[in-house]
Amino acid sequence: MATFFGEVVVAPSRAGLDEEEEAREETPEDREIRREIEKKRYRQCGRLRIEVLWSCAEESLVCSRFIVAIGRNAAAFLSSFILDSVCWEVIGVVKLWNEWCRTSSTTNVLPTDSFCLFYRLIADPTVLLCQCSCYVAEDQQFQWLEKIFGSMQKKGLQVTILSTCPVADYKTQESTLTLVSPFLKALKTKEFQEQVCCPLLEQPNIVRDLPAA
Amino acid sequence: MFIPCDRGGGSAAPDFKGFTLLMPAVSVGNVGQLAIDLVISTLDMTKVGYFYTDCLVPMVGNNPYATAEENSVELSINAEVYSLPSKKLVVLQIRSPFIKNKYRPFCETLLSWVKSSKCARVVLLSSSHAYQRDDEQLLGTPLRYLLTPDLEKAVGGCMKELNWKEMEKVAAYPGINNTDKVLHIPGGGITKLLFTESCSEGIQMAVLLKFCSEGDNIPDAFVLVNYLNEWLQLIKSEVSTSNNSTDPSSQWKIPSSWRLLFGNGLPPALF
Repeated sequence: MATFFGEVVVAPSRAGLDEEEEAREETPEDREIRREIEKKRYRQCGRLRIEVLWSCAEESLVCSRFIVAIGRNAAAFLSSFILDSVCWEVIGVVKLWNEWCRTSSTTNVLPTDSFCLFYRLIADPTVLLCQCSCYVAEDQQFQWLEKIFGSMQKKGLQVTILSTCPVADYKTQESTLTLVSPFLKALKTKEFQEQVCCPLLEQPNIVRDLPAA
Repeated sequence: MFIPCDRGGGSAAPDFKGFTLLMPAVSVGNVGQLAIDLVISTLDMTKVGYFYTDCLVPMVGNNPYATAEENSVELSINAEVYSLPSKKLVVLQIRSPFIKNKYRPFCETLLSWVKSSKCARVVLLSSSHAYQRDDEQLLGTPLRYLLTPDLEKAVGGCMKELNWKEMEKVAAYPGINNTDKVLHIPGGGITKLLFTESCSEGIQMAVLLKFCSEGDNIPDAFVLVNYLNEWLQLIKSEVSTSNNSTDPSSQWKIPSSWRLLFGNGLPPALF
């Protein structure tokens, strides 16, 4: 593609990078950086570096309700309105590393930290809650899910996912400038038979990343 | 990889033996995917399952082919399978890009699913960067096809009758040596990999592609789907009585999810 100034550039494509071209243009420095990142992300056996540390025995993780808050806003909502040290106990933490953030195994976190913690309702230990304010990279999302859902014994499990998106990303006939925000939208599986507290998300809007996964 | 939909009544997994699998490559302008949307929407195909895969970026939304309130609340994800048994057609739609380094495992798993489900042939809709055409390709039709050797035996003659143009090979070392020719599909995503793997594994595969650029690719999708229709005859191209010409574009139904492709409405205060 020729630009205004006459030089030819490779046009970025919505369809995603052509892997062949990517490999050809890598300099030795790029290759070194990529190797270092991969070393940190992957364990020696080649699996993604995500660890879930539970403070209780995994066999006791029977779950009937699982509430997941993804992103800083949703995590802050739970901290402000739901969580307290009287009714909820911390039972687990996710340790992960990616180029955007890292979490540690500490459960003593500040609101500004990146963390992923699990809580259990003391009055009903089958109610679990996850606060995930860290960014889970797209190639870690599947592993995150398998590790967490793999640890649970599901008993008529109902999952509720809380997350936020920028209003500017919302597709609507009118301009988002005149929209009254914030507003709630929902997606539900056909197995969810209860009443939803807000309108369903209309086409052509979609949800991405960890909430979608 | 393939998870059938639970349609109730304990029905068995759908049987695709002898079916044609139609699928897109995630490629420049997303033309293949748009064309597949037109096929699914127009033929009102039924969803029969999805791919459970960690190779594609996750996404979820409500039914992109909704026509009314009642059918608008079915969830839809990044890789879903639709079928139309009356035409022995099974369609895979891919709605998100590949996760880094995962396109190869996806191709391997896909081709092994094609073999295990005993599909007769695969038709891959794709596209390639228009700006990388050579002087000869700049003239004439922007549409090309490719056939694996096994499918060439079966339908090669049909392509000649349709007067279709086969995708040209390019010099492996241009300027140095013009005799070694290789297949080069820039911007085609997994097209080349799927095609070369199918050749070596004896899978009957056809690739239909269009040269295009990023932009409003809806017209490109119509051109590609009409090209496909010349061969597979999925819909009948009716002759228009008013001007006595065949305009097959009007028979394709645009899905409701194509609304607002280029952004929201403008704020009135702008004017």
